[in-house]
Amino acid sequence: MTFRITHRTTYRYAESVTVSQHAARMAPRTTAHQQGSDFKLQIKPAPALKSEHTDYFGNSMCVFSVQGLHRDLEVTATSVVRTTKPEAIILAVSPGYAKVRALFRDPVSPDLCEPYQFVFDSPQVQCHADYAAYALASFTPETPVLAGVRDLTHRIHADFKFDPTATTVATPLEEVWTKRRGVCQDFAHLAIACLRSIGLPARYVSGYLRTVPPPGKPRLVGADQSHAWFSVYCPTVGWVDFDPTNDCIVGEDHPMVAYGRDYSDVSPLVGIITGGGEHKVIVGVDVEPI
Amino acid sequence: MASTRPRLLRDYKATPGAYDEVLDASGAVRPHYQMLMAELEDLGAEEIQRRWETGRRFIHEQGVTYNVYGDPMGMERPWELDPVPLMIAAEEWKSLEAALIQRAKLMNAVLADCYGEQKLIHKGGLPPALVLSQLDFLRPCHGVKPANDVFLNCYAVDLARSANGKWWAISDRTQIPTGSGYTLANRLVTSRVLPEVFRDCNVQRLAGFYGHMRDSLSRLAKRRTDDPRIVVLTPGPHNETYFEQSYLARYLGYSLVEGQDLTVRDGKVFLKTLSGLEPVDVILRRVDDDFCDPLELRSNSMLGVPGLVEAMRNGTVAVANSLGSGLLQSPAFMAFLPGLCRQLLGEELKLPSVATWWCGQKTAEQHVLANLNTLFVKPALRSRAKGMPPGGAAAMSPAELDDLRKRIQFQPHLFVAQERVQLSTAPTWLDGRLVPRPVAMRVYVVAGEDGYHVMPGGLARIAPLDGARMVSMQSGGSSKDIWVLNDGPVPDVTLLHRNADAILLRRTGNNLPSRVADNLYWLGRYAERAECTARLLRSSLIRLNSESASSAIALLEPFLQTLEAQHQLPEGHANTLLSANAETLEAELLTIILDDQRAGSLSSITENLLRLGMLVRDRTSNDFWRALAMLGDSINHSASAPEFLIGDAIVVLNQFLLQLAALHGLAYENMTRAQGWRFLDIGRRVERTIYFSSFLGRALKSSIADTPSALEAVLEMADSSITYRSRYNLMPHIAAVYDLVMLDEMNPRSLLFQFRQLTKHMEKLPAESAAQPNAAHRVLIELVARLRLADPMELAHSSVEIAATLEQIEKAMPKLSDALAISYFAHSAISRAGDTRDDG
Repeated sequence: MTFRITHRTTYRYAESVTVSQHAARMAPRTTAHQQGSDFKLQIKPAPALKSEHTDYFGNSMCVFSVQGLHRDLEVTATSVVRTTKPEAIILAVSPGYAKVRALFRDPVSPDLCEPYQFVFDSPQVQCHADYAAYALASFTPETPVLAGVRDLTHRIHADFKFDPTATTVATPLEEVWTKRRGVCQDFAHLAIACLRSIGLPARYVSGYLRTVPPPGKPRLVGADQSHAWFSVYCPTVGWVDFDPTNDCIVGEDHPMVAYGRDYSDVSPLVGIITGGGEHKVIVGVDVEPI
Repeated sequence: MASTRPRLLRDYKATPGAYDEVLDASGAVRPHYQMLMAELEDLGAEEIQRRWETGRRFIHEQGVTYNVYGDPMGMERPWELDPVPLMIAAEEWKSLEAALIQRAKLMNAVLADCYGEQKLIHKGGLPPALVLSQLDFLRPCHGVKPANDVFLNCYAVDLARSANGKWWAISDRTQIPTGSGYTLANRLVTSRVLPEVFRDCNVQRLAGFYGHMRDSLSRLAKRRTDDPRIVVLTPGPHNETYFEQSYLARYLGYSLVEGQDLTVRDGKVFLKTLSGLEPVDVILRRVDDDFCDPLELRSNSMLGVPGLVEAMRNGTVAVANSLGSGLLQSPAFMAFLPGLCRQLLGEELKLPSVATWWCGQKTAEQHVLANLNTLFVKPALRSRAKGMPPGGAAAMSPAELDDLRKRIQFQPHLFVAQERVQLSTAPTWLDGRLVPRPVAMRVYVVAGEDGYHVMPGGLARIAPLDGARMVSMQSGGSSKDIWVLNDGPVPDVTLLHRNADAILLRRTGNNLPSRVADNLYWLGRYAERAECTARLLRSSLIRLNSESASSAIALLEPFLQTLEAQHQLPEGHANTLLSANAETLEAELLTIILDDQRAGSLSSITENLLRLGMLVRDRTSNDFWRALAMLGDSINHSASAPEFLIGDAIVVLNQFLLQLAALHGLAYENMTRAQGWRFLDIGRRVERTIYFSSFLGRALKSSIADTPSALEAVLEMADSSITYRSRYNLMPHIAAVYDLVMLDEMNPRSLLFQFRQLTKHMEKLPAESAAQPNAAHRVLIELVARLRLADPMELAHSSVEIAATLEQIEKAMPKLSDALAISYFAHSAISRAGDTRDDG
């Protein structure tokens, strides 16, 4: 599938901002399953300085700074992403859980450094025996690891309720765990915590989801949202993505942007402002199939 | 041999099983302690004690403090120093020095690899988990190349001497090696207390090390200038070592700044000063690395500079130590240093570390679990993991130990275990005699052009209890100076005139950080508030204490009303007190002096004064600080006296006013007429105007305003009685008195004089627009005009006009203060723009 993606973030400040610094991670990555192109980041008012980097995880990052007094800031990311349908993965033929876990127990081969770093605690995801106990209901030592992960994804979807009012961007995982409610970001973090707590490497993926309008209704422009899911490492096929919010294996409807240890590594747009007072943030996302 | 022991050591009993620094196994004084012991013996216990008390007073006057978190005694605990230095023989130091230089090189090489090619984790040498699992491995800093490839600019190692006499590293301080400022303070005090001993012992000097430190930081500057701007970034006055941050900044000649004093524009770091933005070349940071940039590092940090990482990436600013250097502070690395040293430097590690097992390795984990009772387990990484309490396994219940075992098994890489260290003991002064106390030393290394340099000395820390195995200033230990002996006489080194290079002469000093201007302004205001309050109280008490106390009460009206207007008495309280009896009134006035819980009391004003003094410590002289400290002492002394009567109060207030005069004198005579002095003076004059116009307005409204005793009181408040008498030689007349205290430009206490001085300051300060005076300046122009037009002769008939003028002045002062804040002090705080979350 090919999508034209528009992701617009607007800040409205009650008082003037004298200077602001931002970091955006909004350019879709190019991977085996997708091709990102024509990425543009439009910033109004124009930034005094803008530079592009690749971060530690290989995501493209744009750092910019707006220096004149301003009361509004509008950041619009546009790009075209062509996704391909991944080859069907036969979950049942993946290696057993115990075998995969053993790979990430000392001594770990230096060749596994890349996935290995995703087995540890990260700023927003800390392992816990409770998560391990929850996860282990999906795994015996012999369970093919991907089949176990698929089952865990299904259980999270069944046990946790999607509720945008229950949590905010700052809600700690413990609270999601006790409330049994949250949004995609919370469910991705939870799945990652579960997998890391039983010794498996798991990472956070940010991206979008193609929404299909109800039959007979037109597609609503700008009503889409940024989305998040997780990815688990399997030694035979590499990273495999699962979406606990929609209880599915990620396919061509999930254009991805960036990955990291958790949300804090990949938040699409962060900013530190001087001045500004109270402010509002408005986000509009449009994922248009073309 | 024991019979030839010095008397001071007669009762000194070395701890069995521990190495003693002064006595050898046979009980004889070790050679490198002999000179010190002989000289101390000559001084005698009484003289040492006397000198030591002088030393403690000196520490107090210098304001050497250490903040202890959660201490009920409050912040700013006096620094604890033992007068007897720890002696290190010249030969022994030479080998330690070589070992420390090697260790610093090694640490730098490991950092360079972890933040660069990462051969060690990808090809062997370091277990990948040790680096990758650490929150102190700052991924955004990976690939940022520091100036001259120096990741580790300053470094400290804590050393302990084991029973066999060998030194072991017990911890590495790669993040922020604190304590080098205290070391300097310790040297100053110890060498002052024992000057002849210091001279005779041929002690190596420390000044050269700080010279290296300055050179080292200057060399980091990327900008082509002979005069780079270097700042010390502090987390602020609540930090435990704030004292030494300001002490070091002053000693090295750098500005002490907080995160909000700096800003990143066009990818470069600038200091916000009154004259605009000034480029910053090098930051010596005392803020933990992950707190340094809320944009790319810890997003909730309010201590950092947003955009700093990007500026470092661009190479426009250098930060020492480089961001990310905290990685190697994890004790887990100690287990791998011998191998790393062979691999990276091709040498054997010279300084052994305390035996360390990192549980991230299977064999180590098994060893630790099998020996939980004898090893000391602590968190391997900065994490929420809890290790053992200070008492070790012995202090844990079987259930707690079992829980720890489970937590180790669940996430082994979070834990490290070390052998418990038996510290050596050193002679320490306690109640007139020497006793053995466990000691550890912190030694410092700094990067130079030609490799690392070691400070010939350091910070010795002693544990409060005999036999303790840990030392920490946080848990109430004391410290010692370390005297490294020289083979021969020691040449003098000083930071002044170190080279004969031409120097760029500077006369301005006009680049004051806005925050410092703000602090100096409030320091001036509080100093004057203290003075006005002391004068109001003294005048009231003198009148109450007179033979005609009852008739004097009417005279107290304007004094009490002014205190009420300034919120130093509760609202409506002045009138209640005036109708109460003299005893009640007296008791209330005494409370306003001493009760530090009461807002506006002299005691709480003085506390604020000291707090503000601390904030500008790096900008004011030692004498200025001493004068401030004395103010605090006089109040505290009275507060702890068993009785405090009206007579005592008058004596204390007299003394207090003299000390304030000394403070003002020091500011007036010793501060250059640069921006700092101007803000101090602006603060004083604004506050004086507030009190004085408030007092005059109320005195004028009193029913007895034109009586000689009421006019005397006005002259007394204005400290203008003598001037009046020399001029008029008659009973006070209302027009003449008010003319003198309001309109006489020659009288430094008159209102017009204050406005004239304030106007002069405004003219000298940088203006936003050359064409138009700013808001504060306009307020002043208006007030001067109004005063110039006032006619005191009217007072003979009616006080309406003058009273209206005074009221206008009183109302204008808060406006003036706000206008000053907007024009000069606006250093608005940073905040995080609302986050968008992944909502799907």
